[in-house]
Amino acid sequence: MGTTRDTDVRTGDGTNSGTDGGTNSGTNSGTDNNPTTSGGSGTDGASVRDAGEFGDAGAQLSTAPRETTVPGSFGGARAPGAAGWLGWAGREALGWTRWIWRQLTSMRVALLLLFLLSLGAIPGSLIPQSGTDEMKVADFQERHTTLGPIYEKLGLFHVYSSAWFSAIYILLFVSLIGCIVPRTWQFVGQLRGRPPRAPRLLTRLPAYTTWRTGAAPEEVREEALKLLRQRRFRAHPAGDAVAAEKGYLREVGNLAFHIALIVMLTAFAWGQLFKSEGNKLIVEGDGFANTLMQYDDFKSGSLFDTDDLEPFSFVLKDFEGTYETTGPNRGTPRTYQATVDYSVGADGEEKKRTVKVNEPLEIDGSKVYLTAHGYAPVVTVRDGKGDVVYRQAVPLLPLDSNSTSTGVVKVMDGYRNAEGEKEQLGFQAFFLPAYGGDGTAVVSQFPALLNPVLNLEAYHGDLGVDAGLPQSVYQLEKRNLKEFRNAKGTQLRENLRPGETMQLPDGAGSITFEKEIKEWANFQVTRQPGSGWALAGALTAIFGLAASLFIQRRRVWVRAVTGPDGVTVVEMAGLGRSESARLPEELGVLAGHLYDVAPGAAESPDTPDTPDAQDTLDAPGSSETPTPEPPAAPAEGAETK
Amino acid sequence: MTLAAAPDLAGATQLAAATNENLANLSNTLIYSAMAVYTLAFFAYIAEWLLGSRSKVGRTAAALTAGDDAKDAKGSKGAPAVTVQNAGGTAVLERPEVVTRAVAGARDVPDGPGAHGGDEQGDLYGRIAVSLTALAFLIAFGGVLARALSVQRAPWGNMYEFNITFSTVAVGVYLSLLAMKKNVRWMGLFLTTTVLLDLGLAVTVLYTASDQLVPALHSYWLYIHVSTAIFCGAVFYVGAVGTILYLFKDSYENKLVSGGRPGRFATSVLERLPSSASLDKFSYRVNAAVFPLWTFTIIAGAIWAGDAWGRYWGWDPKETWSFITWVVYAGYLHARATAGWKGRKAAYIALIAFACWLFNYYGVNIFVSGKHSYADVG
Ligand code: HEM
Repeated sequence: MGTTRDTDVRTGDGTNSGTDGGTNSGTNSGTDNNPTTSGGSGTDGASVRDAGEFGDAGAQLSTAPRETTVPGSFGGARAPGAAGWLGWAGREALGWTRWIWRQLTSMRVALLLLFLLSLGAIPGSLIPQSGTDEMKVADFQERHTTLGPIYEKLGLFHVYSSAWFSAIYILLFVSLIGCIVPRTWQFVGQLRGRPPRAPRLLTRLPAYTTWRTGAAPEEVREEALKLLRQRRFRAHPAGDAVAAEKGYLREVGNLAFHIALIVMLTAFAWGQLFKSEGNKLIVEGDGFANTLMQYDDFKSGSLFDTDDLEPFSFVLKDFEGTYETTGPNRGTPRTYQATVDYSVGADGEEKKRTVKVNEPLEIDGSKVYLTAHGYAPVVTVRDGKGDVVYRQAVPLLPLDSNSTSTGVVKVMDGYRNAEGEKEQLGFQAFFLPAYGGDGTAVVSQFPALLNPVLNLEAYHGDLGVDAGLPQSVYQLEKRNLKEFRNAKGTQLRENLRPGETMQLPDGAGSITFEKEIKEWANFQVTRQPGSGWALAGALTAIFGLAASLFIQRRRVWVRAVTGPDGVTVVEMAGLGRSESARLPEELGVLAGHLYDVAPGAAESPDTPDTPDAQDTLDAPGSSETPTPEPPAAPAEGAETK
Repeated sequence: MTLAAAPDLAGATQLAAATNENLANLSNTLIYSAMAVYTLAFFAYIAEWLLGSRSKVGRTAAALTAGDDAKDAKGSKGAPAVTVQNAGGTAVLERPEVVTRAVAGARDVPDGPGAHGGDEQGDLYGRIAVSLTALAFLIAFGGVLARALSVQRAPWGNMYEFNITFSTVAVGVYLSLLAMKKNVRWMGLFLTTTVLLDLGLAVTVLYTASDQLVPALHSYWLYIHVSTAIFCGAVFYVGAVGTILYLFKDSYENKLVSGGRPGRFATSVLERLPSSASLDKFSYRVNAAVFPLWTFTIIAGAIWAGDAWGRYWGWDPKETWSFITWVVYAGYLHARATAGWKGRKAAYIALIAFACWLFNYYGVNIFVSGKHSYADVG
């Protein structure tokens, strides 16, 4: 039982001195290696505490920046005269610049900026954004005539590209860089240096153990050095003790994480500048070549160049969609895929691929996404003489989830009316892939082709396409068009089934809904350079973060000296950053191993035989030991094997 | 596509639908049964607390007031206490022992004895409660599994499924921590209460008949992204429970230190919980441990969005709130390394972060429409 008592007695001592040192930690010897910390900055700061309580031993256990307090003045004494004033102003300006820089790169400001960033991101999730939905923004502005303009001024319709949001994250990143650079240097310095020497009183450290051994002090130190090095500590003998440190990877991980954040943002910004995104609707059987002219619409970043478009082309062979036929989600798509033949370069070899919603076709830096789909019924228009003047698959736009679709047929040239005059024809088309039957509403009941019906309204006259103004291919400009009327004098409008023909009145010709119904698919072709870097950054960030959070940086000291009675006293102590749960456990294991080579000595009769340490601590007479009752529960990590 | 194919397809799916219906019903039955068993567990925990309160508790008060007197005498902050523990090895008598000390300035208070308060009968009920919780967990797990089989996909297609999976995972985390011999039994009552609320909400308000996913959700990234998201949420939740209890316990300790007399109920409950320092550490560890996984979840989501929608990041409401949650948790971790922000302030940040997570989970699905709004509500 001797060793145990020994321990407790020492603890009692340590507690005593701990009281004296712990209370005024800020003003302890530690302040000299922490010159920026003045006494008033709060005693609970990690750096203050680490440095303050344990002196050098606790210094630089991390590279976290130190908090600074606002000084009264940097200028110091002002010498008389203009030169004196100038010197003072210079010192003052430099001092303040440095102070502001230090503030910007302090943890406190980083914290503040992180908060601002999350606060700033909120409005964009609640207010419609023009980047995602232009229509909703317009709608919002219409409904809120007072709020609308205010929001507009504040950039709330495009929060994530607004000046103030950018300001927050740019400041954060300046802060980040300003933080990483000095921290990296500091860390390199720590790697070059050696773990600090053992503090005088090891008993005051968070984990401590001691025993008396018959082995010589030098021998113990040597064994300790060997043991610690074996366990991958950086260890060196310093005076009567061995100093060791481990867990530098924590800092490496932390720095890697913050650097990876910078890499990610840079890659993201790069991608925004050079990206391009275009849409193209293709009917089965048709093809597409990747040039600017071929796109239906096209957006690009400010530094995009048309030469950046990869040369490739593809043909849509087939589109296939199947849908849920039963259940509450009847009609939701189950498969949804386009088969394409594509080739790269001017005369590349043709390859077959299916493109699905989650599986874009990747060609070099471009990705081809399947984004929408619809029907393109084939119609044939004949003139009065029966000659075919138009035969085409007409892509129609779906209006609802059951593919009720609408669009127009525009016969622009080649048509002559019954009098033989040149004229243009226009048809407003409604298409129902699954018509409910006569008497039901004119909406499709299901997205697949169960009972297709094409409803057509016929017009003739001038389509207005020659006026030079751009016109939607899905709408009729009816200003110069006249309706065809039937015998009863109402507008000519019929439901056609596949194969059926609608006759235009007075020998004006006919329009046939062919049996063949094609489908179309919309493809979005995007190019976003830098996404590889962003991904690499993201992965580094995760691993860096894991290292930073799971690895403990800790120090261990082993002191072996000859005691007053000639027996060697071994003391071991460990110190980590605040959340060190496994430290006592690890120290225990190390002590166990060292104990094996330097086993306990027989109890010396000189050792003051305290009956029970606890009694000592609580002894009413000893007002010097104001220690609360030691907890009965073992400390965390106490469940040692 | 041919016209004839569709009716055939309809017939086949109808047949499959019938078996799925059975599985879905089984799943519902299991979820209801799990709720019943959780309710029993809930009562057992209550019994543990009630019986336990009769025994003597009051270590915190003892430790703090004892230290307090001494402090008054000395006019200083009081010295940290010591804990003695065995160093590795069984030969207790021979091995050196490791002494741990709290860092100076930190309040050193022993952990409470747990809900049973040292009472044997209370402890018995506590054990029964844990066993019932484990049983309920298994049943709920079966329910989630049956649901997954009935829809032939991962059970994360709508809010009902999110909810049943979420609570099951949260309980799973709790049971795993128990199995790892962590001191978390004190959490049982708080956890079962909220799990019952969560499941109740799921079966009443959020219930959605089983069905398939829209194609945008057919991707293995879905499995990765959504499963880690739910897991992170469950762990964050466990952390948040720790944080809330930390705040209560911390005020309790503060009150004792400043000479106040907390109410009897507060004393009875809080004395049995671990010390504020332990609770704080617990919630920090839990939050810090999943934070990298949460980071990964967001990145996996971005990759999935890149494949599904042609852009990695589009500030969709769901993406935005995941980002906000992430930034606030990062703020929490920073706060703990910043002077003057440790302790209560950091705890508030952790709670805000969890509130963001909750809003992302419920609020965004219900109030905000975006690309992620496939997750039907009822
Ligand atoms: C984009 C903004 C930032 C994010 C998302 C971020 C995120 C994080 C995270 C998650 C941690 C936790 C890892 C750990 O505790 O070891 C951390 C730690 C840390 N961060 Fe940041 N950070 C950011 C900016 C900054 C800035 C500007 C600074 C400089 C003032 C900074 C300095 C630190 C330090 C010193 C630590 C380590 C704290 C410790 O040792 O416990 N960070 N950061």
